[in-house]
Amino acid sequence: MTTAAPPAPVSRPSLAVWKFASCDGCQLSLLDCEDELLALAETVHIAHFTEMSRASVAGPYDVSLVEGSITTPDDANRIVAIRANSRRLVTIGACATAGGIQGLRNFAASGAYAETVYAHPEYLDSLETSTPISAHVQVDYELHGCPIDRRQLLEVILAGLAGRTPVVPGHSVCQECKGRGTVCLLVTGATPCLGPVTRSGCGALCPAVGRGCFGCFGPADTANTASLAAHLRSQGMAPVEVSRLFATFNAGAPAFRDEASAQGGPVPVVFGRTARSGGKEDRS
Amino acid sequence: MRIGEAVVMGSEGLDALLTTLIELGYETRGPVVRDGAIMPGPVREVADLPVGTHDVQAPGRYGLEQSDDDTVFAWAVGPGSWKAEFFPPSQELWHSTVDGESVTTTTPDLDMPPLAIVGARPCELAALAVLDRVLLDGAFPDPRYAARRDGTFLVTAECGSPAATCFCTSMGTGPGADSGFDLALTELNDDDGHRFVVRIGSDRGAEVLAAVPVSEVTAADLAARDRVLSSSGDLIDRRLETRGLADLLARNLEHPRWDEVADRCLACGNCTLVCPTCFCSDVSDTTDLTGDVHRQRTWASCFDLDHSHLHGGPVRSSTSSRYRQWLTHKLSTWWDQFDTSGCVGCGRCIAWCPVGIDLTEEAAAIRETDGAVRSLSTAPGRAR
Repeated sequence: MTTAAPPAPVSRPSLAVWKFASCDGCQLSLLDCEDELLALAETVHIAHFTEMSRASVAGPYDVSLVEGSITTPDDANRIVAIRANSRRLVTIGACATAGGIQGLRNFAASGAYAETVYAHPEYLDSLETSTPISAHVQVDYELHGCPIDRRQLLEVILAGLAGRTPVVPGHSVCQECKGRGTVCLLVTGATPCLGPVTRSGCGALCPAVGRGCFGCFGPADTANTASLAAHLRSQGMAPVEVSRLFATFNAGAPAFRDEASAQGGPVPVVFGRTARSGGKEDRS
Repeated sequence: MRIGEAVVMGSEGLDALLTTLIELGYETRGPVVRDGAIMPGPVREVADLPVGTHDVQAPGRYGLEQSDDDTVFAWAVGPGSWKAEFFPPSQELWHSTVDGESVTTTTPDLDMPPLAIVGARPCELAALAVLDRVLLDGAFPDPRYAARRDGTFLVTAECGSPAATCFCTSMGTGPGADSGFDLALTELNDDDGHRFVVRIGSDRGAEVLAAVPVSEVTAADLAARDRVLSSSGDLIDRRLETRGLADLLARNLEHPRWDEVADRCLACGNCTLVCPTCFCSDVSDTTDLTGDVHRQRTWASCFDLDHSHLHGGPVRSSTSSRYRQWLTHKLSTWWDQFDTSGCVGCGRCIAWCPVGIDLTEEAAAIRETDGAVRSLSTAPGRAR
């Protein structure tokens, strides 16, 4: 058995992938670039990516892709260290750019969820809110989506390599629907749809199969959420239903967060001591 | 048969017309029912057309109803326009391959089979005439548009069933067609049966029609056609007052109505995307992992923030300024640019605006309070 030769000095730009509070789906979009992955690995040096390999090369890194939101004091410190070790920092996905689905905690009273769910919340060391990376360190580029679109991820990496601006439009999902010839679900009255206020990037996947847009890519550049909410209300939706439509994966994105709050918030009952004691009685 | 003459054919004649066009090598397209709407699609026989289909439209509302009658063209236009056929939503303009010191640039093959559209409404012919002015008649004709448009065989279906969103009568584009077609059909369905009056608009139209079983047109047929078109015109009660409209909008750039409509406007761009004459596009260059460079053109909308992005930021940062850009371009500065209105009165932007914003209502509101000026606190440029 021979010992493998040490790797040759690397002159390719180095890429690191980091995870915070998240589901790993956005990182996996990198592995989803199946047709391009080998060429990409020859173009950039993937130095730290635990979904791919436990081998890790120490920084500094030319580019760090950061997935997930900041939810613990420990993570709040870790992102500062990663920032200091990265030439460019790109956040990927709804968690990293808007706080993610876990950002729903921001709508409730502090610690209320923990007290309701856990028998011993005192063992937890969580922050009161789930916040995007940009609330903690400077971010060079934000890529939206839950999960991100692998073509857009590749585009951001390629644009960085070429020193150009990524071609990632900030317009509505409607433009992707019209581009692929999908008939508007709102106008035909088929189903509520967040497409007019949601950033494109998914290729208008859901409307193409008759499902209203869930808002996975967060608010478009020009989102007029108040007008869409008023329209949905006029079609018979209750305020809490409209609020919940806005309060999902991008619940922490300001335009969606504010509209969800304006409609009364996604949670009709505020958790608290009563809910907690009720829970305990159930368990006993 | 010569240009200007009319004949009559039955449903089997329409089938024969489609067959003839296919045999002549045309790619035949027309209105089809898809996903609950009348959409452009491939058509090879009458059964592919919206037989017995009728539509109900209102601002922000669209629906289809199916009946068992055998009418083929008893509907008003749906969200898809023929624009996409000639000016596709996305197209590669060229790509370059770099090999050492040499760069090879390739443009796409523009060789396409000739296209025949069967069942375009007169307002859609008018829209194509507007697009021709924009994309063909300028100093730099658009190659892709020119290639697809070259030799297009156009069969129009004059309109006997306008929707509540239609206002072609205001724009002089319908319900009948005067020109711009090879053949014009008027569907009749009365005591004398289901049939089409066919008027010949070109020599090519006459040649194609020679292979189709037709009969002589009677005075009764022509009178029935007149009745269809005149009752169709009577059904259209939506109006856009065009008298002095270009000047009216040009002198009301600070009207408070722009802010009021911006409160409702989703800035989603749907109005521009369904508009059969909106032609704005975005050209972007991308690189791939092999080092190739691609130049892509995609539909864009003046409602996009990026559309007016110059160095430093967007010129039109407020929705108010972007709606104003759209409406004043369509109804006012289009005249300065192309010596025509940009609007043909098809009503798509009204029906397919999710919140039902109606440009005829907006223009009328500005006319009603001509000269009103918004207060400084709501000056354009303020994000809203």
